Amino acid sequence: MKVGIPSEISPNELRVAATPKTVKRLQKQGFEVQIQKGAGAKANFSDKDFEDAGAKIVNSAADVYGSSDIVLKVKEPSVDEVVMMKEGLVMLSYLWPAQNQDLLKKLADKKVNAIAMDAIPRISRAQKMDVLSSMANIAGYRSVIEGSFYFGRFLNGQITAAGKVEPAKVLVIGAGVAGLAAIGAANSLGAIVRAFDTRKEVAEQIESMGAQFLTVEINEDGATSSGYSKEMSKEFIEAEMKLFLEQAKECDIVITTAQIPGREAPKLWLDYHVAAMKPGSVIVDLAASTGGNCPLTKNGEVYTTSNGVTMVGKLNQLPNQASQLYGNNLCHLLDDMGKAEKWKIDMEDAVVSRAMVTYNGKINWPPAPLPVSPTAGGAKKVVPPTAEETKKSEEEIANKKAVTTWISISIIGALLLLVGAFAPSAFIQHFTVFVLAIFVGWQVISNVSHALHTPLMAVTNAISGIIVIGGLLQTKNDIGNVMTILAAVAILIASINIVGGFVVTHRMLKMFKK
Amino acid sequence: MFIVKEIQTAAYLFASILFILSLSGLSSQESAKRGVLYGIVGMIMAIIATVMGQGVEGHVYIIGAISIASVIGIMLARKVEMTAMPQLVAILHSFVGLAAVLVGIGSYLDPATQVLSGAEHTIHLVEVFVGIFIGAITFTGSIIAWGKLEGKIPSKPWSFAGLQMMNLILFTACVVCGVFFCKAEGTDGMLYLNIMMAIASFIGVVLVMAIGGGDMPVVVSMLNSYSGWAASAAGFMLGNDLLIVTGALVGSSGAILSMHMCEAMNRSFFSVIFASSSLGTRTGEKKAMEGEVTALNHEEVSALLKEAKSVVIVPGYGMAVAKAQYPIYDMVQTLQKAGKKVRFAIHPVAGRLPGHMNVLLAEANVPYDIVMEMDEINPDLPETDVVMVIGANDVVNPSAQDDPGCSIYGMPVIEAWKAEKVIIMKRSMSAGYSGEDNPLFYKPNSEMLYGDAKASVEKLLSFLKL
Repeated sequence: MKVGIPSEISPNELRVAATPKTVKRLQKQGFEVQIQKGAGAKANFSDKDFEDAGAKIVNSAADVYGSSDIVLKVKEPSVDEVVMMKEGLVMLSYLWPAQNQDLLKKLADKKVNAIAMDAIPRISRAQKMDVLSSMANIAGYRSVIEGSFYFGRFLNGQITAAGKVEPAKVLVIGAGVAGLAAIGAANSLGAIVRAFDTRKEVAEQIESMGAQFLTVEINEDGATSSGYSKEMSKEFIEAEMKLFLEQAKECDIVITTAQIPGREAPKLWLDYHVAAMKPGSVIVDLAASTGGNCPLTKNGEVYTTSNGVTMVGKLNQLPNQASQLYGNNLCHLLDDMGKAEKWKIDMEDAVVSRAMVTYNGKINWPPAPLPVSPTAGGAKKVVPPTAEETKKSEEEIANKKAVTTWISISIIGALLLLVGAFAPSAFIQHFTVFVLAIFVGWQVISNVSHALHTPLMAVTNAISGIIVIGGLLQTKNDIGNVMTILAAVAILIASINIVGGFVVTHRMLKMFKK
Repeated sequence: MFIVKEIQTAAYLFASILFILSLSGLSSQESAKRGVLYGIVGMIMAIIATVMGQGVEGHVYIIGAISIASVIGIMLARKVEMTAMPQLVAILHSFVGLAAVLVGIGSYLDPATQVLSGAEHTIHLVEVFVGIFIGAITFTGSIIAWGKLEGKIPSKPWSFAGLQMMNLILFTACVVCGVFFCKAEGTDGMLYLNIMMAIASFIGVVLVMAIGGGDMPVVVSMLNSYSGWAASAAGFMLGNDLLIVTGALVGSSGAILSMHMCEAMNRSFFSVIFASSSLGTRTGEKKAMEGEVTALNHEEVSALLKEAKSVVIVPGYGMAVAKAQYPIYDMVQTLQKAGKKVRFAIHPVAGRLPGHMNVLLAEANVPYDIVMEMDEINPDLPETDVVMVIGANDVVNPSAQDDPGCSIYGMPVIEAWKAEKVIIMKRSMSAGYSGEDNPLFYKPNSEMLYGDAKASVEKLLSFLKL
């Protein structure tokens, strides 16, 4: 199978969908690789590098689209590029399907199977292919570097012979991948870093990266099952704006990272916040391309406001680094889809079925929602299949299950009636209690975390020492009686079990700490 | 001073509720300590309500026995090393089994039960018989489990072709004994009871002997369940609802716990319990090992660690044996201070008890948010620079994924080999509990670091601190 990489035609796009390293990787996966002449030039990869890595250099984009089975791209294809595509081609690139319905239709009409890398579901398994994360990481890092470039002072505090230097204060709004990367970078440059996020669950992550978590007094959690935050209440937003205003007076560099997929970025840093900032301060708006978190941001521009605040609305993409990571993400996806020899478009697969926005001439967008947020407990599993077919087969399984359940319930019922027919009433009473207790035990234990299995076993062990009651009931006043001796020994060993079990469980649990 | 029957029943009911709360409390970290407290209060209430009930005699002996037992119990529990926890739990199970046997015999000899007649008498005898049968199996089975965990008995499964047949015959013999036992007058059935006890004890031994060390977590939890059923049977023969309820709670919770564990190992519950396909028996042609085993010394490994950005530690039973958890956490802290991302990856069946590793790491004060489950860590491993496998073997065996002939094929494993570099700390090249060879050792990106886990980690630490 042939994998082709065309040049990016947009002048603003410096990245390329493969690097010499990923070309080698693709060959290891069994693919033949061909790349358009000069494709990597803007990212500092020469044609010779690619040739040395084993790729075939072809002259035009038409050649790439004409003879490849899979095409790797960065930016969504233009109309001209779609025209060059052949039927059945698999296309991997950014597509932003929510904004580009027309493009999807064109791709579907051409029967191109297009995978939108930006639509890879953000579940743990797909992290290695998550281009949004890998690119956000770069943006976060770069936002600090460029922010400090426009900021005319040191980031770290120093006491020198020439005088004292105050450390810069950096505020990061939104602690997603980009936000966390920005916190880490700013922290390691020596700045005092503060971060705000509406999701309470990220407080720990923020602190772990070395920033102070800012929060408002109102108790409301912005976390949702999608991993993105929800829209907050009016009171919350008012409190948030007030907090930002206080921070605006103090902070030197503000980095905003709040983005909502498929929608305009929320406005968080308003004109009066900008007005309150000191001259020389910098705002880096990572959401500039989707409208900006600050209404004053101009996409693709850097300018200074009338009160001396530098607004950064464009960032260097670090094309070399970004191409490498993006290329790796693509390799991981191809790896997951079976490499060259076992290549398969598996529409049952949770990742492929979501990212494959056009398939066999049909538009496959938007996909069903999928919960991805790591909840506070951390152990929640993701339930992948959502397509119609899997629903059906699930229903069938459920039906079958229901039948077997009914059968076993009827058998149990018959057995119980049989017991009732022969056993004396005292026995039936005890038996009722017995069966109900089994059910309770079953239900209570069903969702214990692995970490607690040992303590749980120790405690049930202690509780099973209840057999001591048997001994207690059998003890007689007469020590010569065999029963008394038997009972006393039973009490002795059962009590060792009770005391030992409880003490040891207590000891174990004392050690668990967060 | 006696309390009336109704109050006693009420106290029993309350105790049962406390036991249920205790078990449900143990299902999360936050409520676990409260759960233990509920259990203790419930147990104290149950004992007091029984002792103060009508018709209980011999208070002196009762108090004497309980006091002695408390001292012994506290001493045992205080003294035991966290690494020896599985053994302690196993031996405590045997106590419950033995107590059930004694209570059963006592109930049979009790003159009060001799006056029963007809169906009631027969049912009582069946209850006694079943109670003693389960008790005896629990007793000897737990002792063998203890021996295997303690290393006094070889952990290799001991089995032969006719094992299933023999067990079936022995079981039938017990049923026959039971029939004679029920027909015997007065206490004449004692003979059959003794024969049955001998057979049941033997079955207990054979059952656990046939199970390999790798399956011990399931066995311990299953014996836990047996001890519950034994208590429940005692409840039936004494007509005591509290015993029935509590026994059934323990019995069913033990059973479901065992099933959870079997799922984690991708093994059928019945094949573990009846030892029909114990770990260690291969079904297919053994794959020849390709590649070469390479080893590094401590200095080289510490250099690797210094360069790494992310490190994942996969601990196994070897860490428990060497008590290496403290130096490991020291090492983790040193690495973290150097800005590296360090996490632990715990396989659901690592160690000899479920959750064994979590307990040990908790003992060394490792915060549980850097301790990951297998499913959480596997997707991250390809991005990880160094995986350190410390005293684990089967849980990182790639054969489980790619060698259908292997006895652990299909068991989910930690995919250590996907990391940039794998360091395996091990005493020697011997196989793991399953007896399977581990191709991981032969992979080009894996390096061995021979030696005792604790000594090795301490040595690494000294190099890291240079």
